Amino acid sequence: MYLELKNVNKSFGGFKAADDVSFGVEKGKLVALLGPSGSGKTTLLRIIAGFETPDSGDIIIDNERVNDMPASKRGIGFVFQNYALFRYMTAFENIAFGLKVQKKSGAEIRDRVAELMKMSGLEGLEKRYPNQLSGGQRQRVAFARALAPMPHLLLLDEPFAAIDAKVRKEMRLWLKDMVSRLGITSIFVTHDQDEAVEVADDIIVTNKGRVEQTGKPVDIYNRPRSPFVAQFIGQSTIIENPGCFIGFSEAPKNSRAIIRPEFVEAFKSDNEKYHPIIDATEEGVIKDIAFKGSFYELTLDVGGTTITVNRSLERRPIQVGEKLRVLIYRIYVFDDMGMKVLENSVLGDRAALLD
Amino acid sequence: MKKKISGNPLLIAICVIFALAFLILPLIFVLVQAFKSGFAAYIASISDPIAVKSFWLTVIAVVISVVVNSFFGLFAAWSVTRYSYPGRKLITTFMDLPLSISPVIVGLIYILTFGRSSPIYHFLLAHGIKIAFTVPGVVLVTIFVTLPYISRELIPVLEATGRDEEEAAALMGAKGLTIFRRITFPHIRRAFIYGVVLCAARAMGEFGAVSIISGHLRGKTTTIPLHIEILYNEFKLAPAFAVSSILVFMAILLLIIRSLLEYYDRKNEE
Repeated sequence: MYLELKNVNKSFGGFKAADDVSFGVEKGKLVALLGPSGSGKTTLLRIIAGFETPDSGDIIIDNERVNDMPASKRGIGFVFQNYALFRYMTAFENIAFGLKVQKKSGAEIRDRVAELMKMSGLEGLEKRYPNQLSGGQRQRVAFARALAPMPHLLLLDEPFAAIDAKVRKEMRLWLKDMVSRLGITSIFVTHDQDEAVEVADDIIVTNKGRVEQTGKPVDIYNRPRSPFVAQFIGQSTIIENPGCFIGFSEAPKNSRAIIRPEFVEAFKSDNEKYHPIIDATEEGVIKDIAFKGSFYELTLDVGGTTITVNRSLERRPIQVGEKLRVLIYRIYVFDDMGMKVLENSVLGDRAALLD
Repeated sequence: MKKKISGNPLLIAICVIFALAFLILPLIFVLVQAFKSGFAAYIASISDPIAVKSFWLTVIAVVISVVVNSFFGLFAAWSVTRYSYPGRKLITTFMDLPLSISPVIVGLIYILTFGRSSPIYHFLLAHGIKIAFTVPGVVLVTIFVTLPYISRELIPVLEATGRDEEEAAALMGAKGLTIFRRITFPHIRRAFIYGVVLCAARAMGEFGAVSIISGHLRGKTTTIPLHIEILYNEFKLAPAFAVSSILVFMAILLLIIRSLLEYYDRKNEE
């Protein structure tokens, strides 16, 4: 592990921003700290950087406990949420600042800044001030500035929050590519699950100052360990009494369940492809049809429970009030004891027939 | 090119008439009165040795006040916006005290604290420190009265700027002084200049506190405003206005300097 947090606690007044937080980050990985606002993710980042001191617990970077080490000695590059570019310096001076502080020679500074500007696609913008740059360019300058002194660990606080949606997409890929090329261990904070899933090698999900789950995006998506994670990552609806649904009679009493749209299929009863498994389906009535750009989102009433399902635009037209057969592949059942994945037991192996 | 009026003409008219009647007209009157008895009389009034002495005392008081309050204002604004400690709010409140206390009372407080009836009077006297009825006393009350002007300009700007840039610089290993010089000061420069101008203008015109602490020792502890009052009380109206015009010129000079600084500041930014 390159970076480790062990039992870190931090409170602001009565507010617990970090509650017994422990996790590790492997060298060279790009990790997302994902959680809703107020979940303490930025505080964790600031504790790692050395801007905040934890009330208790250890921060270990490269096998060395750094709790008492000043921020500037930790070998960290930090990209701030609003970039915090030096407003009265040009792009060049911004990137050169860290090197100047280290008393590097003029030629060395020029070479390094030129290299970084080239790498970040900022050539020709050396003399611009931050307010003369676009959102994406500012982010690149912030990134280059953080990398200039050759840090071993790069921390990014909501790096994409301040740029518009189209550029954001492009910047995500750029960042992912850059980090993997440089091989620098990086942690970025985000509240956007799509961003975390798309960019990160590993995700650390935080909620109310605690770490809820850590793991690869796919694992967190497929095997959420708590209702919070299940709801926060991916789209989901909560249903009561999952035991009433066909195929899920083993669901414990008084439990609840989470269903994602991709766990459900809805089709017309005359669709022959589905006849072999019709006994594993429920009847649902279309209550609403929403056009979502590349698909329809249907809201179905299944025996009094509302379930959401997506439908391809290529399939036969449907209308509100129409009755469909509803097949539920799996659900996440949770009660006081914990959470588990339940597959439709009536469907069983026949799921393969539908491929 | 003809400029078009945009806006409510009534409001504009009120503003212009108000400025003319309350600001510009009296100013013109001062100048008219100053030169009423002729140019030679004007020169004689302002080159009177006592007038010259009070001019220099005013300059000394202004310069020292500005320097002291620049340092105090910077430190105070920094410590109030960048540090957190118990009593921070209280200090912020206390810093505004000179604005809410009448200058006359400030003068009295200083007389009571450092004058003959003070318990520390003999201690101070034994160490050769005299405050009441002396030039240092005049300077001290001027500093007191103008204390908040610079810090009050800086605090809101420092608060609005936030700490991100400073943290970014600190993370890269920059030391406090470098951070202040390269990162923080450029943000507050304009507010600082404005604070200095306000402080200087206020120090120049200070009357109440100085009037009490100076003891009106003519030619020794009198600043320009005190000298004007003495002349006025002796019914020497033309000299009183002549000396007043010096204050007016100083004020105008200050405004010109400020405009020039702001002009260059803006030009540098572009």
